[in-house]
Amino acid sequence: MTTLSLDTQVLITIGCAALVTYGLRLGGLLLASRLPRSGGWKRFMDALPGTILISLIAPGIVSAGWWGGLGALATAICAHKTGNVILSMVLGVAIVALQRQW
Amino acid sequence: MMSGGVRKGFMANLAVAVSVAAYGSILGVLAAQKQITWVALLAMNLSVFAGAAQFVMVDLWLPPLPIAEITLAVLVINFRYLLIGASLQPLFEGKSLVHKVLMMHLVADENWAMTMAERRQGGASTHFLFGGGLCVLLAWCLGTLAGHSLGAVVQNPEAYGLDFVFVAVFTALVTTLWRGQQDLTPWLVAAATAILCQQLLPGKWYIVLGGIGGALVPACFPSKGAGDPEAKPA
Repeated sequence: MTTLSLDTQVLITIGCAALVTYGLRLGGLLLASRLPRSGGWKRFMDALPGTILISLIAPGIVSAGWWGGLGALATAICAHKTGNVILSMVLGVAIVALQRQW
Repeated sequence: MMSGGVRKGFMANLAVAVSVAAYGSILGVLAAQKQITWVALLAMNLSVFAGAAQFVMVDLWLPPLPIAEITLAVLVINFRYLLIGASLQPLFEGKSLVHKVLMMHLVADENWAMTMAERRQGGASTHFLFGGGLCVLLAWCLGTLAGHSLGAVVQNPEAYGLDFVFVAVFTALVTTLWRGQQDLTPWLVAAATAILCQQLLPGKWYIVLGGIGGALVPACFPSKGAGDPEAKPA
């Protein structure tokens, strides 16, 4: 593979991400009547947002160790109780940051 | 040019725009730490315009950029836009293709939700949706760029736990997606698959593989007696 300059890489990466995202937005609207509304495919699509986010964070929590696990747990409980994403995030980060100050 | 519907949509999204800006400032700090220029960040805001996907792009951002991995991750994370787009079909009934092509770019979770709520009151239009999109986009750009200028001056990000921000943001977000007992097995399968794949495979393929692995559980084994999952309160 030929090496591209960083600027070119940035341009291609953002361009691909933009195309894919816009394609899904417009595609959903144009294909609305053809998308299945029940069955396995529907259940797959409904479950995907949650399982994707879990896959994003699980290895990160494991590699952050016990305090990372505690921070994540505090964040999850706070988000569940208050529904406030920003507040919950700050709580989790504060736990990890405080432990590192010691 | 700014029709009544656009203005109405813009105003209706002002409150939620504040939280969009706050969330965006976190992304801006992380982007600055990854040496992403503010021009690239702004280009990403304007062209991709999707919060969770942009967080993942910044997380995967390490030159030489893994273009295929980033594109695939964005595709899977934004798959929900297929459903969001489909849900807007009644609103776009009878509109021209050009109108659809122009209006659909500025559809984010926030202004979509506002439009669906407004629709129940009978007041929504494609202009309302677009006006809301403009409001969210403006807040998103202001928030991310403010965070970016702040993030550039932080010297020792680990001391403030900034490397943990990504995990914390998504932990909070995923908690709000919990639909009940039916999600337990899919989420455990997703976590186990992701941790295993991260150990065994190079790069960040674990995100996609874990997500698909977990979502295959309800697809192949519908939960017994749960009936229609949408009938259950969140």
